[in-house]
Amino acid sequence: MRELTIDATLENIGPVTGFVNEALEGLGCPAWIQYQIDVAIDELFGNIARYAYRPGIGPATVTVEVTKAPPAVVVTFVDQGVPYDPLAREDPDVSLPLEEREEGGLGIFLVKKTMDDVSYEYREGRNILRIKKHLP
Amino acid sequence: MTITKEAAGTALTLSLQGRLDTGTAPQLDAALKESMDGVTDLTLDFAGLEYISSAGLRVLLSAQKVMKKQGSMVIRHVNETIMEVFEVTGFSDFLTIQ
Repeated sequence: MRELTIDATLENIGPVTGFVNEALEGLGCPAWIQYQIDVAIDELFGNIARYAYRPGIGPATVTVEVTKAPPAVVVTFVDQGVPYDPLAREDPDVSLPLEEREEGGLGIFLVKKTMDDVSYEYREGRNILRIKKHLP
Repeated sequence: MTITKEAAGTALTLSLQGRLDTGTAPQLDAALKESMDGVTDLTLDFAGLEYISSAGLRVLLSAQKVMKKQGSMVIRHVNETIMEVFEVTGFSDFLTIQ
């Protein structure tokens, strides 16, 4: 397991992505899966940076675990900001035509669709959000 | 992300390299706002683009809304990961992807 604790800011999405990608090196993780995980980091860490400690700044801890049977990557995001369950949000209507589309709401939806499992819990004052992606 | 611009008359091509995400989406937004005036044929070339997140989708949504009024917008050379993003979000229904 690898762990990184860093200020939850939009500027730190890059370092967090680099940290997770480094952990994936040598696992034979195909590029398209790595890209999906990178998108999930952009959405989830980005949300923590935008909302968790607003208007201040606080830390988030990101852990990467690799399981062997079945082969999978689990990335966990933990923050101590306001309790917020992003999975409780209703899915956007993706059948709406262009004119009726509004900005926003697609990030979490995208994560739910591209990861094999997404879970949330609030425990001891911490938001714990976990994504899992199986490796081929 | 790097953006290469190529203009010919009212046609404009923007070629993107890298990642279109929270950090870089404002860059594309600015490039479009700066050069979309009077453009009737906008091409976005994604050959060098690795992935797109919802921040990038927001920029594409507003660009598509503008171009629908003043001409057309085409997205070329979309990789598998990006195509999946367009499909699950329903963006493939209103974007022209070649």
